[in-house]
Amino acid sequence: MLSSKIFVDKLRGNGFDFFTGVPCSLLSGLIAELEADQGIGYIPSVREDAGVGLCAGAYMGGKQPVLLMQNSGFGYSLNAFTSLNLIYNIPVLVIMSWRGCGGNDAPEHIIMGDINEPLLKTSGMEYSVLDENNADQVLTTALKKINDEKVPYTLLVKKGLFDERH
Amino acid sequence: MKGIEAFEALAPLLKNEPTVLANGFISRAFFNVTDRKENFYMIGSMGLASSIGLGVALAQPERKTLILDGDGNVLMSMGTLAMIATCAPKNLIHIVIDNEVYESTGSQRTLSHEIKLEEVAKSSGYKQVMRVTRPEEIQPAYEKLYQAEGPVFLLIKVEPAFDASQGRVTHTPEEIRDRFMESITG
Repeated sequence: MLSSKIFVDKLRGNGFDFFTGVPCSLLSGLIAELEADQGIGYIPSVREDAGVGLCAGAYMGGKQPVLLMQNSGFGYSLNAFTSLNLIYNIPVLVIMSWRGCGGNDAPEHIIMGDINEPLLKTSGMEYSVLDENNADQVLTTALKKINDEKVPYTLLVKKGLFDERH
Repeated sequence: MKGIEAFEALAPLLKNEPTVLANGFISRAFFNVTDRKENFYMIGSMGLASSIGLGVALAQPERKTLILDGDGNVLMSMGTLAMIATCAPKNLIHIVIDNEVYESTGSQRTLSHEIKLEEVAKSSGYKQVMRVTRPEEIQPAYEKLYQAEGPVFLLIKVEPAFDASQGRVTHTPEEIRDRFMESITG
């Protein structure tokens, strides 16, 4: 398991200073940490694509944004990524829970769980699977993509990585 | 009033405010009226002009920030009105050019002939909303809302009259981003 608090501290230590998202139970510990700190000013987004737009605006206004979502929201945001971020070169760090990974989940998550990685790849969305040992390494990779290539970078989060608070 | 008349009335009122423009005829028509580096022409991502504008306004709380939106965009992302009202950026002015149709795709009707979007914004929690229907009303309404604490909402009712022969935005997306960011931070 990876401590939600330690990971939030790592994000902030790496310069991420704008946080929004649509919740997932797999990310509930992370979001609780973000919401507990008034200084962070976590913003609940109504939909994942609205979160993509919000982060794009924040980035152009000088912030380094992070967007949290369940992979179901990747479907809702696909047009936002392909017709905004990927053509204007507007980066964002996406923390995406991988529901349906391995086919062992509720029915609504199975198909997206199965196509999650191929869909990211075919969309030109680079990603890493976050685990309890590679946080520093994947954040270094993400920052390089964000700062040098100005593209979105996604961290996939499997069930059990972060504590769940619900 | 035609859409172009609304843009011609608005253009001289703008100074250096970052301005996020909805896709379709809004971006195209305004580009042809006044091309400023502060204009972020959203050429895709329909529905997201409001959330992009909110992000800019929150990141730059000391800069007045404008969203030049359309009725189709607002209807697509009505939940974003609630986000704007809840985040309550004092520096945000949300202007909607409401022609009641999806004009750049052939003028199919939206729902705003029945739904008063400024009332939706008011119910959502915008601090002030106004609705204008004549070109001469635009300047006083804009100036009043500019002085007010945001988020505020100005609905400008227009007739569909987009001249499709007008050119598209000629800047590349990256140029649009670079100019826009430079106008904010440069």
